[in-house]
Amino acid sequence: MIRYRLFLWALVAMAAAVFGLFAWQLNQPKDEFVASAMIGKPIPPFALPPIVSDRPGLASADLADGQPKLLNVFASWCVPCIAEAPNLARLEASGANLVGIAIRDRPQDTALFLANHGNPFSRIGRDDISAVQLSLGSSGVPETFVVDGQGVIRYQHIGDIRDSDVPVLLQKLREASGS
Amino acid sequence: MISELGLAALWLATALAGLQLFAGVMGQRADGVAGGAITALVRPAAALQALLCVLSFGLLVVLFLQTDLSVALVANNSHSAKPFIFKLAGAWGNHEGSMLLWVTVMALAGGLIALLERRLPEKTILATLAAQAFLCLGFYFFILASSNPFERLVPAPVEGAGMNPLLQDIGVAIHPPMLYLGYVGLSVAFSFAVGALVTRQVTPDFARIMRPWVLSAWIFLTLGITAGSYWAYYELGWGGWWFWDPTENASLMPWLAATALLHSVSVLASRDALRTWTVLLGVVAFSMSMLGTFLVRSGILTSVHAFAVDPERGSIILFLLALYIGGALVLFALRANTISEGERFSAFSREGALVFNNVALSALLGIVLLGTLYPLLTEAFDVKVSVGPPYFNPVGAVFLMPMLAILAVGPMLRWRRDTFARVKWPVVTVTVAGLLVLVGVSIVADIGLLPLLGIAMGIVVGIGSVLPLLGRSMRRLPLATWGMVVAHLGVAVSLFGMGTDTAFTTEKLVAARVGDTTQVGPYQVTLDAVYPVAGPNWVSLEANLAASYQGGSPTKIAPQSRSFWAPPQQTSESALLTRWNGQLYAVIGGEAPSDGGADRWQLRLWWKPFVNWIWYGGALIALGGLLSLIGRIANDLKRRAAKARGDARREEIAA
Repeated sequence: MIRYRLFLWALVAMAAAVFGLFAWQLNQPKDEFVASAMIGKPIPPFALPPIVSDRPGLASADLADGQPKLLNVFASWCVPCIAEAPNLARLEASGANLVGIAIRDRPQDTALFLANHGNPFSRIGRDDISAVQLSLGSSGVPETFVVDGQGVIRYQHIGDIRDSDVPVLLQKLREASGS
Repeated sequence: MISELGLAALWLATALAGLQLFAGVMGQRADGVAGGAITALVRPAAALQALLCVLSFGLLVVLFLQTDLSVALVANNSHSAKPFIFKLAGAWGNHEGSMLLWVTVMALAGGLIALLERRLPEKTILATLAAQAFLCLGFYFFILASSNPFERLVPAPVEGAGMNPLLQDIGVAIHPPMLYLGYVGLSVAFSFAVGALVTRQVTPDFARIMRPWVLSAWIFLTLGITAGSYWAYYELGWGGWWFWDPTENASLMPWLAATALLHSVSVLASRDALRTWTVLLGVVAFSMSMLGTFLVRSGILTSVHAFAVDPERGSIILFLLALYIGGALVLFALRANTISEGERFSAFSREGALVFNNVALSALLGIVLLGTLYPLLTEAFDVKVSVGPPYFNPVGAVFLMPMLAILAVGPMLRWRRDTFARVKWPVVTVTVAGLLVLVGVSIVADIGLLPLLGIAMGIVVGIGSVLPLLGRSMRRLPLATWGMVVAHLGVAVSLFGMGTDTAFTTEKLVAARVGDTTQVGPYQVTLDAVYPVAGPNWVSLEANLAASYQGGSPTKIAPQSRSFWAPPQQTSESALLTRWNGQLYAVIGGEAPSDGGADRWQLRLWWKPFVNWIWYGGALIALGGLLSLIGRIANDLKRRAAKARGDARREEIAA
C-alpha cells in the first residue's frame, strides 16, 4: 500500500516537474535563428554557374585557394540585403575578399540590384533552387559565412550586417587566416 | 451593442459559475441529502450559465456574419469579401473565438449534466457540477483577462485584415468544432472523476452514467482527428496524412487516453473492477486536452498551428493547467487508497485483455507525450532536436502491434475467466491469415517492416473484428456489440490504408508542356491546358488535367495554385481523384524554368493506393462509437421506463 501511495505521489511530482519545465521555457527568449550545423566543417562540394556577365561563377574549389573569404548569401528581392550593402562595401574596402551566392533570382534583377547597391563580390554563383544555400546550413537571406583558406566554414552571421557587425566579421576573418 | 451584450452574457455566466461552485461545495459540507437551500441553486445555475454562454457565442457569430469591423477580433480576422461560410467559420478560426467556443462547450456540458443526470447520489452530482464550474471559472478568467473576443477597435478600419488563406477551406468549418466538442467533452469525465473521488462513490453506476459522456466526446474527437488529417492532406499540398506535428500529437494524446478510458469504464460498468484506474484515466484524458491546448497556444513549441503566440496567455494557461491537473492528481493521491479495489479476475479473460489494451494505450500515450515534450527538455540544455517519424513510428509500433494482436481475439473472451481451448480456432485462423499476408506481401514486394506489419495486422484485426458475429443472431445482437465490431473493423481498415499508402505510393515530379502525358501508378495524366481563374478573394493558376485509369476514359481534374490578396499568400489547391482503391493526388507548382521551347509547368503527381481507407476507417471507428452510444442510451431509457412501471405497481400494491 505504501508503495502504491509512493507511486501516486511520484505522479504528482512528475507533473510538477513538467509544469516547472514549461514555466521556465515560457520565460526563455525565443531564439528564431537556425544556426548552421556546418560550422567547423569543410564546405560541401558545389559548382555554380555565373549569374552576371562581369563576374565568374562560384565553385567550392574557389573557396579553398588559401585565401580566407566572406561568403554572402543574398537575393535581389531581399530588402535587408539592400540594407547591408553599404557595410559589404566597407568590408571590401577593409581588404576582405567577398564572394556571393544569388538565391532564386533572375539575371536581369541581380544585375540591376548590383548596379543600384554596389558590387563588392569577386565571384557570384547562381543558385536557382537554394541547393547550395541549404547544403551550407543557411536558412534565409542575407547570411554571411567566414570561410578559411582551406574551405572550412569558420563563422556564420545570420541576418543583415549592421555597423557593429563589421569589426566582428573582420576579426573572424583575421582569426581564420591565422589558423 | 451586440458586442457589449455578448460580453455582458459572458460576465453573467462567470458569476453563475462562481455561484455553482460555491453552492456545490456547500452541498458537500452539509449533512443529509440536500442540506441547505443554496444547494438547490446548483442545477439551475449550471443550466442558465450554459444558456448565457451559447448566447454569447451566438452573438460573436452574428458579429462575424455582419463583418462588424469596430470589433478588433473581426477586423483582425475577417474581410467583407469573404464567402459566407468562412465568415461563419471565422468566429472560431482564431484564438479568442476558439476559446469562447471552448468555454461554451464546457458550460453546455455542465448544463446538460445538471438537467439530465438524476441517477447518481445527489452529493456526487453536486461535487461533479462544482468541479465543472471550477474548470469553467478558470477559462472565463482566461478569456476575460487576456483573450476578450468582444474588444472594440477605435477607430474602426474600413476593411478587415482577412483570414489566413490556409484556413479558408470548408475543413475549418468542421474540424475545429468537432475537436473542441471532443476535447472539452472530456471535461465531463474529469468532473465526474473528481466528483466520485470527493464523495468516494466509484461504482458501476457511476461508470454507466459516465460512459455515454465519454463515448460522445470520443466520437467527436475521432471525427475531429480524422477530418483534420484529411484536411491537412489535401490543403497543405504535401500529400502526407500524419506528420507527428506537436498539434497533431496534442489531439492524439487525449484520444489515446479517452480510448483507454472508454474500455476501462466498460470493465467498471459490467464487472466493478479497475475502479481507481478508471478514475485516473478520467483525470488524465482531460488533462491531455488542456496540455495540448497549452502547448499549441503558448508558442512554447514550434508547430504549423502555433497561431496565438503570446507568453502572457501562455502563463495564464500554465497556471490553470497546474491548478487543475496538479489539483486533481493530488486529490487522487490522497483519495485513491480509500477506494476499495473492486472485483478480481484472472489474466486470461475479457478483463485481462482490456487491461492489456489499457496498458498498451497508456504506453503509447507516454511515448507520444515524451516525444512531444522531448525537444522542450533538451532545449533547456541548449540542444535543439526535432522528434519525428524515426522515433514515433518504430517505438509506437512496439506497443501498438501487440495491442492489435490482443484486439483481434479479446472481444471473443469471456468475462472473469476463460480457457484457451475455447478460443483456439479463432486464434489459429487470424494467426494463419496474418502469417500468410506477411509472407505473401514480402515475397511480392520489397517494402519496409512497419508498413508490412501494418498491412498484415490490418488483415488480422479485420478478420478478428467480425469473428464475434459468428454463430450469433444478427437481429438480436445488442447495438453496443455492433458498435464494437464496426469500430474495430474501422481500426483494421485505417491500418490497412496506412500500410499500403506508406509502402506503395508512387510520386512523379515533372515539368510538363501542354499536351504532355505522364504515367503515375495506374493513371495516365495529360496536361490539357493551364489558365488563370479568379475567385471572390483570390486569383489562381489552374491546370486542366485529363487522368485515365489504366487506359480507360479520361476524367478531368483541375489543381490550382492560388494567390490570395487579403492577406497576400500562396496556397496550392490539390486536385484529388478518388477510386475505391486509392487516390490520384495532383498539385500544380509555378512555371518551370523554360528550356527555350513552349512554357513548362511543374506538376507533382501521386498515386496513393488505399490512402482513402485511412479516413474511411476513422469514420467507421466514429460510427461504431455512435452505434454503441445509441445502444447504451436506448438501454438506459428502457431500464428507466421499466423501473418507473415497477415503482408505480409497487405503490399500487402498497395502496
